[in-house]
Amino acid sequence: MALIEARDLSRVYSLDAGRVVALDGVSLDIDQGDFVAVMGPSGSGKSTFMNLIGCLDRPTDGQYRLAGTAVESLDADGLARLRNREIGFVFQQFNLLPRVDALANVELPMIYAGFDRRTRREHALQALGRVGLAERAHHRPMQISGGQQQRVAIARALVNSPSLLLADEPTGALDSRTANEIMALFQELNREGVTIVLVTHDAEVGRHAQRLVRFRDGRVTEDRRQTPVDARDLASEAAE
Amino acid sequence: MRLIEAIRSALSAIMANALRSLLTMLGIVIGVAAVIAMVAIGSGARNLVDSQIRSLGANLAIVTPGNVTQGGARLGAGAASSLTDEDAQAIRREIDGVVAAAPFVQGGAQVVAGGSNWGTRIYGIDLDWFSAREWDVATGRTFDPEEVRRGDIVILLGQTVARNLFGEDDPIDQIVRVRNVPFRVIGVMASKGQSAFGQDQDDVVFVPLDAGRRRVIGRNYAKDRSVGSIFVKFANESDIEPGIESMTELLRQRHRIIGEQEDDFSIRNLTEIANTATASANTLSMLLAAVAAVSLLVGGIGIMNIMLVSVTERTREIGLRLAVGARPRDILRQFLIEATTLSTIGGALGIGLGMGVAYLVAQLAGWPSLVSTNAIFMAVGFSALVGIFFGFYPAQRAAKLDPIEALRRE
Ligand SMILES: Nc1ncnc2c1ncn2[C@@H]1O[C@H](COP(=O)(O)OP(=O)(O)OP(=O)(O)O)[C@@H](O)[C@H]1O
Ligand SMILES: [Mg+2]
Repeated sequence: MALIEARDLSRVYSLDAGRVVALDGVSLDIDQGDFVAVMGPSGSGKSTFMNLIGCLDRPTDGQYRLAGTAVESLDADGLARLRNREIGFVFQQFNLLPRVDALANVELPMIYAGFDRRTRREHALQALGRVGLAERAHHRPMQISGGQQQRVAIARALVNSPSLLLADEPTGALDSRTANEIMALFQELNREGVTIVLVTHDAEVGRHAQRLVRFRDGRVTEDRRQTPVDARDLASEAAE
Repeated sequence: MRLIEAIRSALSAIMANALRSLLTMLGIVIGVAAVIAMVAIGSGARNLVDSQIRSLGANLAIVTPGNVTQGGARLGAGAASSLTDEDAQAIRREIDGVVAAAPFVQGGAQVVAGGSNWGTRIYGIDLDWFSAREWDVATGRTFDPEEVRRGDIVILLGQTVARNLFGEDDPIDQIVRVRNVPFRVIGVMASKGQSAFGQDQDDVVFVPLDAGRRRVIGRNYAKDRSVGSIFVKFANESDIEPGIESMTELLRQRHRIIGEQEDDFSIRNLTEIANTATASANTLSMLLAAVAAVSLLVGGIGIMNIMLVSVTERTREIGLRLAVGARPRDILRQFLIEATTLSTIGGALGIGLGMGVAYLVAQLAGWPSLVSTNAIFMAVGFSALVGIFFGFYPAQRAAKLDPIEALRRE
C-alpha cells in the first residue's frame, strides 16, 4: 500500500468569470520513503495538488487515501488531526511566528497534538538539532538568516514525526547556495526515511529528487525515476 | 492547549501592541471604574444614613434656640435660651404623631471618682430622652419619674466614662463628683460607638434635667425653665414635615412672635440630612450607571474593532496554525481568550481607578469608603463577559478562514 494514493483527483474553481480546472484527473501513488520533485509551468496545478494531498483542500472529484485513510470521509476536525499527525508543511515564505523564538515556533504543531510543555520542549530541541540549529533555539525569526529560518520551518514540519513532508517552493526565497544546503538537508532527512514531496520551478533543485513528476494544465505529463544529484557535494563545491 | 498557556500566549500578543491594547482597554477601564465607584458610593451613602439613624434614632427632629439665619444654633454651657421644658411638654401634648419630646441641657464637665478624673460631656435630660434617642442602660437602671421631677443628684455613665473611671469595677452605687457635687451612679448606658462623624458617643454622662440646670451646667438655665434643645421623635416619617409646621406655629404662639418677626428657634428634620445624602448619592449613581453602560459598550466595540484588525493582521498566522493542525475551534478559542484577556485586564485597571474615585468621593462626602468584594467580582465578571461577547464575532471570523487563502494572504 502506497503512502499516497490519488485517483482521478480534480479540482475545479467556479468563479464569476467562469470555471477554472486547476487539476484535471490526476492519479498518482507515492510510496513511503520516496523523494518526489513536482515541476511544471506556472498555473499548471502544482500547488493545487499539494494542497489536496496535504489535506488543506478537498478535491471536486476523485479519491484520495493518505496512509490508508480515506480523506473524503473526514470532517474539518478529522482533516486538522491528519495534518497535525501525518503531514509537515514547508512554505516558500517560511511562515514563522515573528513574536516567539525558534523553539516556540517548532513547538507549535505539538501544542495542537496536546503534548505537555516538557515533552514539547524536548522534541522541539531534538528537531532543531536535526536541522543543525540547536544553538539558535532562543533566537527569533528576525534574528536569523533566511536559510536558518527555513531550517526552523523544516524542524517545525518534522516535530510530530509525520509520514509526509510537503514543501511548496521551499528554496524559492533563498540564494542558490543556501538552496543547496536546504536540499542537502532534505536528502539527509529522506535517507533517514522521511517521505518528501517538493514543488520547484528550478531544474537544478529538481535534480536532487529520486522521482520527477511534471504537471501541465492540471495533468501529469511526465513521471520518471532519476538518479539524484547529491546536494552535499554541490554545497561543499560552492564553499571552495 | 491548556488555558494557562492560552492566556500566556494571549498576553504576549497583547503586549506586542502594548499602546494599542491600552487604548483599546480604555472604554472598559472607565466603564468598570464607573461601576465600582457607583456601587461604593451607593453603599457609602446607605451606610451614612444607617449610622446616622443608629446614632440619633429614627424619625427625629431637633428644636434649637435662635435662628439658623442668625448664625446657627447656640448651644452649650451658660448660653441664654429661648426654649423651656414647658415648650417640650406643649409639643408632646399638642403635636400629632409625636411620641417623645426630650428637652435637654448640655455642657462640658470633669467627672471625678476617687483618684481618677475624666473630662466629658454632661447632659441634663428627662425620661423622654431614652425613647427619643432609642438608647437604654446596659446595667443598672434609668431615672425614675420622681428623680427627674425632684432633680436628684443621680447619674448615668456612658461606657467610655465608666471604663475610664472604674476600669473593670462595677460603678453602680459609687459616688462621682461633678463640680464638687456628689452624684450617685445608678446605671451605665449601652454602647453606641462612633457617630457618623467619628465622635465617640459613649464619652458622655447623663443627669436629671433639673440637676443639670441647677447644679452643674450653668447659671442661665437656673433662672427659669430654659433648656438647650429639644429632640422630638415622631411615630412615622410622614408625620415629621406636618409636625414641624405645627411645632413652628405652636412655638411662635408660645413665644409671642407675631407677623413678620423672626422665629427665636429653629427646627431641623434630622432624617432629611440622611435623605439628602441618599438622594445625591442616587443621582450620582444614576450618572455613573449611564457612564458605565456607555463606556462598556464603547469599550466592547473597541475590543471588537481591535480584534478584527488583529485577525486581519494575523491571517497568515491563522493559516499556518490551521496547516499545522489547529482545529477551527482552537482558533476560535485563541481569539476569544485574547479578547477576554484584554477586557479583563481593562477591568482590573478599572477596579483600581474605581476604588480611587470611590475613595475620593468618600473623603469629600465624609463617609467610609466601601468597595465590596462582590462589586469587584461583579466587575471582573462583567468585563470578561464584554470580552467574550464582543470578541466572539472576530474570533468566529478567524475560525472560519480557509487555510489556503489565509496562507496566501500578504
Ligand atoms: N483560489 C483560487 N480561485 C480560482 N482559481 C484558482 C485558485 N487557486 C488557483 N487557481 C487557479 O488554478 C490554477 C492552478 O493554480 P496553482 O496555484 O495550482 O498553480 P501552480 O502550478 O502552483 O503555479 P505556480 O508555479 O505559479 O505556483 C491556476 O490557473 C490558478 O489561477
Ligand atoms: Mg504554486
